[in-house]
Amino acid sequence: MNTVTMTQPAAPARSGEPLVEMRDIRIAFGGIHAVDGVSIDLYPGEVVGLLGHNGAGKSTLIKILAGAYRPDSGEIRINGEKAEIGNPRDAKRYGIETIYQTLALADNVDAAANLFLGRELMTPWGTLDDVAMEAATREVMGRLNPNFRKFKEPVRGLSGGQRQSVAIARAIHFNAKILIMDEPTAALGPQETAQVAELIKQLKAEGIGIFLISHDIHDVFDLADRVSVMKNGQLVGSARTSDVTKDEVLGMIILGNSPPGAIPGPGATTD
Amino acid sequence: MSDTTTATTPVPSSQPKRTASSFIGALEIDVRFLGMVGALAAIWIVFDFLADGTFLTPRNIWNLSVQSSSIAVMSTGMVLVIVMRHIDLSVGSILGVTGMIMAVFQASYLTPAFGFNNPAVMALTLAAGIAAGALIGALHGFIIAYLGVPAFIVTLGGLLVWRGAAWAVAEGKTIPLTDDNFKLLGGGASGSIGATWSWIVAVIACLAIAAATLQARRQRQRFHFPLKPLWAEVVTVAAGCAAVIAATLVVNAYELPAALARRYAQAAGITVPPEGLHISFGYAVPVLVALAVGIIMTFITTRTRFGRYVFAIGGNPEAAELAGINTKRVTLMVFSLMGALAAIGAAISTARLNSATNAQGTLDELYVIAAAVIGGTSLAGGSGTIAGAMLGALVMQSLQSGMVLMRVDTPYQNIVVGAVLVFAVWIDTVYRKRFK
Repeated sequence: MNTVTMTQPAAPARSGEPLVEMRDIRIAFGGIHAVDGVSIDLYPGEVVGLLGHNGAGKSTLIKILAGAYRPDSGEIRINGEKAEIGNPRDAKRYGIETIYQTLALADNVDAAANLFLGRELMTPWGTLDDVAMEAATREVMGRLNPNFRKFKEPVRGLSGGQRQSVAIARAIHFNAKILIMDEPTAALGPQETAQVAELIKQLKAEGIGIFLISHDIHDVFDLADRVSVMKNGQLVGSARTSDVTKDEVLGMIILGNSPPGAIPGPGATTD
Repeated sequence: MSDTTTATTPVPSSQPKRTASSFIGALEIDVRFLGMVGALAAIWIVFDFLADGTFLTPRNIWNLSVQSSSIAVMSTGMVLVIVMRHIDLSVGSILGVTGMIMAVFQASYLTPAFGFNNPAVMALTLAAGIAAGALIGALHGFIIAYLGVPAFIVTLGGLLVWRGAAWAVAEGKTIPLTDDNFKLLGGGASGSIGATWSWIVAVIACLAIAAATLQARRQRQRFHFPLKPLWAEVVTVAAGCAAVIAATLVVNAYELPAALARRYAQAAGITVPPEGLHISFGYAVPVLVALAVGIIMTFITTRTRFGRYVFAIGGNPEAAELAGINTKRVTLMVFSLMGALAAIGAAISTARLNSATNAQGTLDELYVIAAAVIGGTSLAGGSGTIAGAMLGALVMQSLQSGMVLMRVDTPYQNIVVGAVLVFAVWIDTVYRKRFK
C-alpha cells in the first residue's frame, strides 16, 4: 500500500517532501465515526489551520497524530516514511509535540516538573536534578512569559495564561519538529494571544511544521498558510489562505461548501 | 541575583517588620505539618493531664514509638497508593500472611539448616517475607493496572484471600520464632541500642540534616537562584537537631528496671555498683527501622523519577499518560512496594509478639489508611507526605495508648478513634478550601 496514488491535485504549498502525511485516517467510538477517512499533510515551516465546529473531529484526528489514540485504519508518514505511533512516547520520538486544549498539566506539581514530565533531567546519581530543571524552566519561561515568577508553586495556583505558557514551554523546549496546538489561545487575553502569534511566526521561521486547531477562524486565518476544514468527522476541503476569503472558509465550516479556491474533500456537500 | 520567588522586588532578609506568616514563609516549612505537630503536642498534653501524669513519661513515649512502628512503616506505602487515587484494603492481611510465611520458613527450614542464631537466618527470613509481600502486591497491582479492576475491589478480595492464606500456611497454628536476631526487630530491652549508640545515631542525624541543608543551598547557588535567608537555614537545622536531641534524651531516660538491669549486668559480667545500675534502653530497633523506611520513602517520593510519576499520575492521570508515562507500570510498582512494606511491618509485629498468629494485622489496613489520611494525604489524590503519614501513625497510637492509660474500655476507644479520624479529615478539608 506504499504507492497510494495521490489523486488530489496536490495542495502542497512547498516543494519537497511533506513533514507529515496522514492518509485516510479512521477512528470510531462505539459506532460514531469521529474521524472518517481524513487525509491531511503538513510541510516544514508551514502552519496549517485545522478548522471545524466543536465535535467535528479535529481534536480526535490530532490526538491520533500525538499518539493518544490509535486509529482503526489509515497511515501516518513522517518525512515520507511510515510511522508507527502507538503511544505518546512514540510521537515524541518523531519530534511531535502537542499543546492540548486541556493543557494536560499535572496541577499538583510545579512548572518545572510539568515541563520535564516524562523527560526528567537526572543527576549522575540517578536522582531528579530539580535545580537544573528549574534553571531550564526559568530560561524558557523567561522567553515566553518574562513576568512569570511562580516557579515553586504547583501549577494549580497559576493563572490561565501562565498555565498556557507552561504548556507551550513544554512543547517547544524539546526541539519539536512538528507542533500541534489545540486551541492554544483559548485561555489567553489579547496581549498573550499576540505573544503566541509572534511565537508561532518565530517557530515557523525555524522550519517547524505547525498544526493549529481552532473552532474560531479569526484565530487561525492570519497565521495559517493553509486551512483544512472538518465537518462531522470528514474533510470538507483544504485551501491556501491566499486562495480563499474568510467568508468562504466560514462557509466550509458551517455549510460544508468547498469554494472554488479549495481542494474539496470527501466531506464537501455537493449541490 | 534580583530574581525572587515573589513578584515584588527583592527584600533584604533581615527586615524588622516581619509577620508570623512571612516568618514561616521564609523558613519554607509545610504549615500543615506544623499544624500536625501542634495537634500531636496538644493530644499528649491533654492525655498527660487526664491520665494523671502517666502519659508523658519516658517509658510511655518509648512504648508509643515502638507500638507505632509497624503502622508507620506501612503508612508510608499507603501514601503513594492514595496519592495515585487508589486504596489498599489488604495490607493487614498481607501482614498476616507474610508474617506467617516468615515464621514458618524460619522455624521449619532456616534454623534447622543454619543452626540457632546464625545471622543468615535473619537475613533470609526478611528477604523471603519481603519478596512474598512484593509479589502479592505486584499481583494486586497487575490486576488493577492491566486488567482494570478497581483497587477497592481487588484489595477487598485480597483482604479475604490473604487472611485465608495465612491460616492455610500453618493450618491455623501459632508459629513461634526461633531466631533471636530476628526478635531484635520487635524492640524490647535487647532490641534497643542503648545510650551510647543512641547518641551516635543522634550525632549522625544532626550532621545529615546540616549536610542536606548545605547541599541544597549549594545547588541553588550553582544556578544563582534566590536563596533562603541564612537565618532561616540556621533555624531549620537547629530545630531539626533540637528535635533529634530531645528524642534521644527521652529514649535514654527510659532505663531498664532494676531487676532486669541486674540480670543484664550478670550476663555481661559487669559488677553492680552500690548506687545501682542505670542502663538506658535508647532507640528501639523497630523505631530505627521505621525511621529508615521513612527516610528511604521520602527519598523515593521526592528525588526519584518513580516518585515524581506517582504524584503526577495522582494529579492528572490523563496528563501523565499524554506525557508518555507508563502509568500502568507505575501502578503495579506502587502496589508491589506497598506489599513489601507490609512485609516489613509483619517482621516488626511478628518479632514483637515472638510468634506469628492467625489474627495478626487484623484491622491494620484501617489504621494504616487512617494514619495516611490524618497525616494529610488527600483521598482525591495528588498530595500527601511520608513524614505526615508517619506522624499520623503516631497520632493514632497516641490516642489508643492514652485511652488505655485512662482505662477507657476498648469499644469506647474505637468510638473516639473513629470520631477523631472524621474530625481530622474535616479540619483538613476546611484548611484546603481556605488556603488553597
